[in-house]
Amino acid sequence: MMLCVGPFAFPAEKENEQHGEQGKDLKTEIKEYISHHLQDSHDFSLFSYTKDNGEHVYVGFPLPVILWDNGLKVFSSSQFHHGETLAEVDGQHYKLYHSKIYKTDAEGTINYDEDHHPTNAKPLDFSITKNVVMIFITGLLMFWLFSSLARSYAKNNGVPTGVGRFFEPIVLYIRDDIARPNIGEKRYKKYMPFLLTIFFFIWFLNMFGMTPLGINVTGNIAITTALAILTFVITNFTGTKDYWMHQFNPLGDSLPWYGKIPLYIILVPIEMLGLIIKPFSLLIRLYANMQAGHIVIGSLIGLMFIFKSWIGSPLSFGLAFAIMLIEVLVALLQAYIFTMLSALYFGFASEEHEHDHEHEAEIAH
Amino acid sequence: MEKLLEEFSLGLFFWQTLLFVLLLLLLYKYAWKPILNAVNDREEGIKNALDAAEAAKKEMQNVTADSEKLLKEARAERDALLKEAREIKEGIISEAKEQSKIEGDKIIKQAQAAIESEKKAAVADIKAQVANLSLDIAEKVIKEELSDKKKQQKLVEDMLGDIKLN
Repeated sequence: MMLCVGPFAFPAEKENEQHGEQGKDLKTEIKEYISHHLQDSHDFSLFSYTKDNGEHVYVGFPLPVILWDNGLKVFSSSQFHHGETLAEVDGQHYKLYHSKIYKTDAEGTINYDEDHHPTNAKPLDFSITKNVVMIFITGLLMFWLFSSLARSYAKNNGVPTGVGRFFEPIVLYIRDDIARPNIGEKRYKKYMPFLLTIFFFIWFLNMFGMTPLGINVTGNIAITTALAILTFVITNFTGTKDYWMHQFNPLGDSLPWYGKIPLYIILVPIEMLGLIIKPFSLLIRLYANMQAGHIVIGSLIGLMFIFKSWIGSPLSFGLAFAIMLIEVLVALLQAYIFTMLSALYFGFASEEHEHDHEHEAEIAH
Repeated sequence: MEKLLEEFSLGLFFWQTLLFVLLLLLLYKYAWKPILNAVNDREEGIKNALDAAEAAKKEMQNVTADSEKLLKEARAERDALLKEAREIKEGIISEAKEQSKIEGDKIIKQAQAAIESEKKAAVADIKAQVANLSLDIAEKVIKEELSDKKKQQKLVEDMLGDIKLN
């Protein structure tokens, strides 16, 4: 019965809320909450609530803030009081505004341009943020997991024990179904450490994003950029002569040089652009997928509070639950895609044209 | 795009790159290298064991084939031996038959010869005895008939006729 009513009740309730005066307030609050959760933060907050007297209580712990502003400035993020107060260090005032640190005067005034963007100076921020902490924790977890897996081989005569039994097939899958077919039997070995590390790193951080701690590391553009740049660097540094020949001379010997000139005016820039587009697609894909997942789940959870009805709220709960299950799949899928495509690019870069060698061999005979 | 650029945090980028590269190096040394080596060794071991099993199987097949061949040879040899024995047996039997036949013929011939000679001896003996008897009879007749000349003549003539008839 509920399911029958549901689809019809859904748009009606939404419309009611849009017209309602009270709902608008709650909606902006949810919107801010979601956008806050998508961003990195300077303290590790577990949860927060508002007391009856309107005071915000944050449960969590502060993290160190490291700024480069004519000298190194290190202080605890607890000085910001979650953006409510200014931090004063060595006579300089800093304000936390929308998860970014701005340099302000003693009153903490923020100047805006016509697009409502702050025009205050931003010091170089090398703070140990929540995301950095999560990267560190993930790194430790991975190191512990896989070094113990490595040790279990020696102890147990080549057979993994414990949790390694779960991870070993995944390691083998990456080797046999991602690296080998895409890179090739001869050259896949040197790329294995990077592929394995990046796969588990993205997967684990995606999974951490599913926890209620509000972590969004892989949905952060700086993180995905760093990962994609690593892929880009490795691709081009391990590129063979054939790969670079293909970049600058894509048509090979199929045309005489004077025929190539007009084509190459267009072709070579496209090939060059392709070099950058490949890792760029990697970083945008991972970022957008994780960001979108977090927004959808956040919105669906927010809907429960907007509906506050016996039909709408359970429905949006069910929807949020279903999306959450899909997100678990997406977490694995995105890690897989990133690894797969990296392997594919490595494969292109390290490719050597076999027929050339065969030809040489024929001449030698 | 502008929003993305604004969201980009250089500090986070720095920490991510640093920590990730560090993690990559550490995992390479302490995890991926030993794991991949161990897995490789294990796979190599399995492959070797399978190869060895295959080789053993082939060896077994060879051994079986060999033994079968041996068995076949033995059987053929046995058959040949049996055939030979049968031939020998038949040869012996036929030879014996021939020998016995020759021997028998010989004995029969000897016996015939003996009988012939006996017969001859007997005939000779009988002739001698008849001669003696004739002489005796002749003596007696002569003694009796000498008194009567006519009778004497007749007797001699009869006797001679008898002998001729004989």
